[in-house]
Amino acid sequence: MSTTITTGTPEEKSAAAAVEKIAAERPRIEFGGAWDYSPAPESRDIVRLQKRYGLFIGGRFVPAKSGRVFSTINPATEETLAEVSEGGAADVDLAVKSAEEAYRKRWSKLKPAERGKYIYRIARLLQEKSRELAVLETLNGGKPIKESRDVDLPLAVAHFFYHAGWADKLEYAFPRHRVSPIGVCGQIIPWNFPLLMAAWKIAPALAAGNTVVLKPAETTPLTSLALAEICREADLPPGVVNVVPGAGETGAHLVNHPRVRKIAFTGSTEVGKLIQRALAGTDKRLTLELGGKAANIVFEDAALDQAVEGIVNGIFFNQGHVCCAGSRLLVQESIEDVLLEKLARRIETLRVGDPLDKNTDVGAINSKAQLDKIRELVASGVEEGARLHQSSCALPAKGFFFPPTFFTGVAQSHRIAREEIFGPVLAVMSFRTPDEAIEKANNTPYGLSAGVWTDKGSKVFRITSMMRAGVVWANTFNKFDPASPFGGYKESGFGREGGVHGLKAYVELS
Amino acid sequence: MRTAALPFDVSRVPPIDQAGIEERAASLARRSIKKGAKRTGIRLALSMLDLTTLEGKDSEGKVRQLCRKAIRPLPEDPALPHAAAVCVYPNLVSIAKDALSGSGVKVASVATGFPAGLVPLPVKLEDARRAVEMGADEIDMVIDRGAFLSGELAKVADEIFQVKAACGPARLKVILETGELETYDNVRRASDLAMAAGADFIKTSTGKVAPAATPPVVLVMLEAIRDHYLATGRRVGMKPAGGIKTSKQALHLLVLVKETLGDGWLTPELFRIGASTLANDLLMQLAHESSGNYQNEDYFTKD
Repeated sequence: MSTTITTGTPEEKSAAAAVEKIAAERPRIEFGGAWDYSPAPESRDIVRLQKRYGLFIGGRFVPAKSGRVFSTINPATEETLAEVSEGGAADVDLAVKSAEEAYRKRWSKLKPAERGKYIYRIARLLQEKSRELAVLETLNGGKPIKESRDVDLPLAVAHFFYHAGWADKLEYAFPRHRVSPIGVCGQIIPWNFPLLMAAWKIAPALAAGNTVVLKPAETTPLTSLALAEICREADLPPGVVNVVPGAGETGAHLVNHPRVRKIAFTGSTEVGKLIQRALAGTDKRLTLELGGKAANIVFEDAALDQAVEGIVNGIFFNQGHVCCAGSRLLVQESIEDVLLEKLARRIETLRVGDPLDKNTDVGAINSKAQLDKIRELVASGVEEGARLHQSSCALPAKGFFFPPTFFTGVAQSHRIAREEIFGPVLAVMSFRTPDEAIEKANNTPYGLSAGVWTDKGSKVFRITSMMRAGVVWANTFNKFDPASPFGGYKESGFGREGGVHGLKAYVELS
Repeated sequence: MRTAALPFDVSRVPPIDQAGIEERAASLARRSIKKGAKRTGIRLALSMLDLTTLEGKDSEGKVRQLCRKAIRPLPEDPALPHAAAVCVYPNLVSIAKDALSGSGVKVASVATGFPAGLVPLPVKLEDARRAVEMGADEIDMVIDRGAFLSGELAKVADEIFQVKAACGPARLKVILETGELETYDNVRRASDLAMAAGADFIKTSTGKVAPAATPPVVLVMLEAIRDHYLATGRRVGMKPAGGIKTSKQALHLLVLVKETLGDGWLTPELFRIGASTLANDLLMQLAHESSGNYQNEDYFTKD
């Protein structure tokens, strides 16, 4: 971080040289190659990829009516993994009708305890196939295997187990109400946690007695289709769960289908607004879980090394493809230098590369389009005058990768402080007083999550209660549990997922 | 009696978040150390061993056996590195010195009323001084945990300072006995105190109290060493001891060092592992790496 003065008087030059010498002599922690970890790739042999995947409609895998297919790739290598049928209007119509028939004839008539059994069965099958599904998730999405193995899969399993338990206890979840299901739910999920988002959507819908048509994201359809296969193995009645891969157009057909009773969408705020517009004036229910620009507020009395871990987890977990990522760091001025020095040192130890390697911390960016978007926003940060800090890590020659990055000298007005980047890029700003921190943290159109770091309990309670965000973590970050509701304020959407609050979106109360 | 001023500013000791430090230590335990990295790591761990025997029944014969093990851990493989030191009670220092002469293996002696440290300061100083006179290259002292917990930090610091002076050329390892300090905040405070008072190494435990060298405790101490180095330029060593029995634990410790202190500390000069039974597990894993099979424990000498 030293600067070289090339002009000036000889005295100035020698003074500058002296400063540089001191900087060079300052103690430094070197993370070199003294003891390198050998490659530790998880074997991909456990996954048997098909050449072509169909749509899952009425309990069977079928080709699209149009015959159209799209390729799905491994973003870490750019190799094509498989061809996947693309759902068109006719396919969506068939899927919704099959879901409706399953709802009327089978699923809504089933005893709740029986419904629960099916969901338990799905949970157990998911658990049994965890290793295979974790590898598949990493292959198709680019996330590090340690995350798909330790986070995505266990949480997805937990969501099915949790909701299976509710199936025959709904009147206890909503006392003094008659609880009935809604009908066919259209569910559209993003590419950042493909299987986990499918679990978040499908498990409560089924527990409450609804049937679903799920549209996975176009870059990551494979684990949703694997889940469809699990539904079949679990003997789930045909049509209760349907999976129709495709892009935005497929989603639009689902949103606009007249027999769909509810839409649940997780994705960008931009698309969320389109959906809300399309549903205005209809009697369809809607929940939206959209973007975020969460602030992580670090006070001078925080445990700084652990705060650094939280900051790293907040922004580099899943390459920053997390709607609740802590993408803005608000640090108290009195500790700004020391905290940023720690952060700069810490990102040098992040291992970026092959997502299948068990020691990889930061994997591949999900798609070329997303990589371009990250690059564009980072360029805007440099252009607007913020200072760029990046890990010196080497990036693989092939595939979509971006180094862990943070910006200092960021103003509230910079694009990198306002817009969701959805990548491993952190915007650092400082504050002097708690009120200023609260004001800056809340000064965003989003409101999905926030983090507060202080060793002082009373401050935790005061600051967290003033955050306008759906989830506020204190002295930790990115903690999820199926019993805990998750969702946003403002442009981060509405409705909750998880817990009793999440269940409520899938029942009719009278 | 002397009263010394505290050599460090207690108010600047950073707080440690329990959940956070435990999570970080656990995440580093999931590093996958395979193939070449495993072989190198095990050899490194072997070279960092403070092979220890600290029993009331220790005898000359026992210590001589242990010294042979330290010099050549596996008789049939002279290319394996020797251990860093043999750690014994003061009465056995001269035996160890003799058995290890010319081998490059250091003699470490516990001292200062080990393991409780509840003897008068002059006795502690004499204990350390004599051990050095008898040939100890390194002194493993214990702090007065009672004084520490009752807030007499200056007393603890002063004792370390005076023991350090009594050690002369010998390197001083300061045992915090983290199992008795109980909180990570205490571990950090004691680490900062010991380093400020002149410790060459800070060490987790005597081996007589559980829990001992748990990964989060080691991590707290490594972070303290890092911050001390960045602030003063002085490299203090680290020695986890107590309950480290398996290669897996040893490799995990090396991961903690690598990702906290970097390359500079991956050397026996600055990192030691105090253990009595770890050596054979390291040898067994090493044999497994080259042959693909686990050998019967009787193929490794029990010393």
